[in-house]
Amino acid sequence: MVKEREEKKILAKEAKDKLATYGTDINLEAFSPETDEHPYQENLSAFPLSDQEQMLKAGVDIAAKNRSGTFIQKDHSVVHCSASQEGMEIMDIDQAREKYDWLHDYWWKAVPVNMDKYTARAELHQEHGYFIRSLPGAKSIYPLQACLYLEEDNLAQDVHNIVIAEEGSELHIITGCATGPHVKSGLHVGISEFYVKKGAKLTFTMIHNWAENMAIRPRSATIVEEGGLFLSNYVCMQPVGTLQMYPVTYLVGENATARYNSILIATPGSEMDIGSRVFLKAKGARAEIISRAITTGGKIIARGHIIGEVPGIKAHLECKGLILSDKGIIHAVPELEGHRQDVDLSHEAAVGKIAQEEVEYLMARGLSQEEATATIVRGFLNVEIEGLPPELKAEMDKAVEISEKSLL
Amino acid sequence: MAESLNKGETKMLSIENLRVEVEGKEILHHVDLEINQGETHVLFGPNGSGKTTLLMATMGFPDYQITGGKILFKGEAITNMPLNERAALGIGLSFQRPPTIKGVKMRQMLEICGKGDKNVESMAQSLDFDEFLDRDLNDGFSGGEIKRSELLQLMAQDPDFLLLDEPESGVDLENIALIGKVIEKLLEREVELHKGKSHKELKRERNKAGLIITHTGYILDYLDADIGHVLMDGELACIGNPREILKTIKEQGYNECVRCCGLNTSVLSKEKSKE
Ligand SMILES: Nc1ncnc2c1ncn2[C@@H]1O[C@H](COP(=O)(O)OP(=O)(O)OP(=O)(O)O)[C@@H](O)[C@H]1O
Ligand SMILES: [Mg+2]
Repeated sequence: MVKEREEKKILAKEAKDKLATYGTDINLEAFSPETDEHPYQENLSAFPLSDQEQMLKAGVDIAAKNRSGTFIQKDHSVVHCSASQEGMEIMDIDQAREKYDWLHDYWWKAVPVNMDKYTARAELHQEHGYFIRSLPGAKSIYPLQACLYLEEDNLAQDVHNIVIAEEGSELHIITGCATGPHVKSGLHVGISEFYVKKGAKLTFTMIHNWAENMAIRPRSATIVEEGGLFLSNYVCMQPVGTLQMYPVTYLVGENATARYNSILIATPGSEMDIGSRVFLKAKGARAEIISRAITTGGKIIARGHIIGEVPGIKAHLECKGLILSDKGIIHAVPELEGHRQDVDLSHEAAVGKIAQEEVEYLMARGLSQEEATATIVRGFLNVEIEGLPPELKAEMDKAVEISEKSLL
Repeated sequence: MAESLNKGETKMLSIENLRVEVEGKEILHHVDLEINQGETHVLFGPNGSGKTTLLMATMGFPDYQITGGKILFKGEAITNMPLNERAALGIGLSFQRPPTIKGVKMRQMLEICGKGDKNVESMAQSLDFDEFLDRDLNDGFSGGEIKRSELLQLMAQDPDFLLLDEPESGVDLENIALIGKVIEKLLEREVELHKGKSHKELKRERNKAGLIITHTGYILDYLDADIGHVLMDGELACIGNPREILKTIKEQGYNECVRCCGLNTSVLSKEKSKE
């Protein structure tokens, strides 16, 4: 085990300067790697109000009443961690690695450590991250929440998260990433590895609320076993400097399912290169990738890639983009790859401005042009997500609503 | 006949010498039309003659460019008014081919139409449409369902002047009866309510008016429309009793109908003398 750890370090060092396949290259030296520790808080309401407000926008429930557990990391310190339901574990990943020997079987097992300079950096500079697990058969009553918060300006935050939904369990997670009011720039590299065991269900809803000059490079991957379900929802509607990610799911067990939903809004100056990729590797596997992208002046590359490797699988990719400003760009790149005859892969992509016909229809019912446009945009963002618990849907709606106000 | 109806009435809609272009092509060449408060008019005419164009131009859709003439509504010039302002003045239109709006629910649309103060559920029930409230607006609706959806929206909107574009085409027999009743009610023409009153009295009490496009005339089985028109090649070519017009069209076709009209009324000859 010690040997394996050293091997990972060696691989990371070798990949230290390896360029990523996508996204603007970021000069990692520009960010400060160290900062002071923040004190641990037993009580979430002890956080400064300005912090609370930012966290709230990223979906964090400060009262934690409707949460089965909470993890909060501020800069490089785990400042709060608590679980309130039997069968649900939530802790600092470093503690978890000390507690559970077996965790090395999950460490860099879904995401390769030498994928690019960002994964390498996360191995070499890692500061915490969370570990969340639902025990076999356990079902989370309320979602667990995790928040990665950046308070110091120009800091680099490198975290590594592991989530395991054990056999037959049901785990709902809502995570928010946010920055403090004084943060203008910074770097966030987050490694997330998800493991959905036989018959388990994991829903993961992530809300990003970054600052204008932030560089964000998450690297995540999921392995889903037989009959498992992975449902990922991603919302990023606030300004961000540069954000690139291409999470991947491997459906390795029969009848495993993955669904990705993303809602992206790029404001002027924001640059997002975001995709989802699913490998269907076993009979009966199903996948669906849905994204809604709006630009009000920023640039969005919306990717999707479905790889059907075995017969008897079915997957669909849907990418819709709305351009609300001539300065904005949406570039949809849907890819389908079938390796066998009996695969059913389809995609639908549409990028354009708001249909004038729809605006006029609503105006004929009495709405002004602005009201009509707002109604259509809201409808565009209103994706129905099968299997998402209502309270998580409500959180997503809330995040969308907050951003809509500033958008329209 | 039409002239006599107009005397001493409150005008709802007056269209004078209207010309309308679509995509740079003139579709309506010359249209004069007067509709008074309390009246329901029916518009016949072959496919492509410009009926929908007339309704869309009256509602104010920018693609239907008015290149000549004017439109007055309740005495106010609306020729250059944006469509939402015309809606606010009390004009409502049921579309022949409405767009689908994804993510906007039927329920939400009815709240928009009714400005939130209508009972959406019971209104939907009256059109047997409550099952559709949580569906995306017009998304995958069948031809007949579109008609009910449009009418339901007008019910919530409750305009004074209704422009109905083929409200009954593609609707099954049972639903035609339903739609007929609803239109009758929207136009304040329910017979039961007005027993024992003269035609004149009835009309005076009524606030609503309407212009209905129909090919089949089925709608006439459910409401007693006052006046019929035939639109041919972008001009109103005939005016008269709607049932008689329908009968002539059915038996002898549009051309004969127009010819016959020209012989019987002064309308056409008046037009002709202008040219
Ligand atoms: N956007 C457009 N571009 C080009 N031509 C158009 C457009 N809209 C309408 N037209 C043309 O204008 C003419 C009149 O169309 P309109 O829809 O008003 O006919 P209509 O009388 O309602 O016919 P129908 O009975 O078939 O509904 C048709 O020849 C049609 O092709
Ligand atoms: Mg028509």
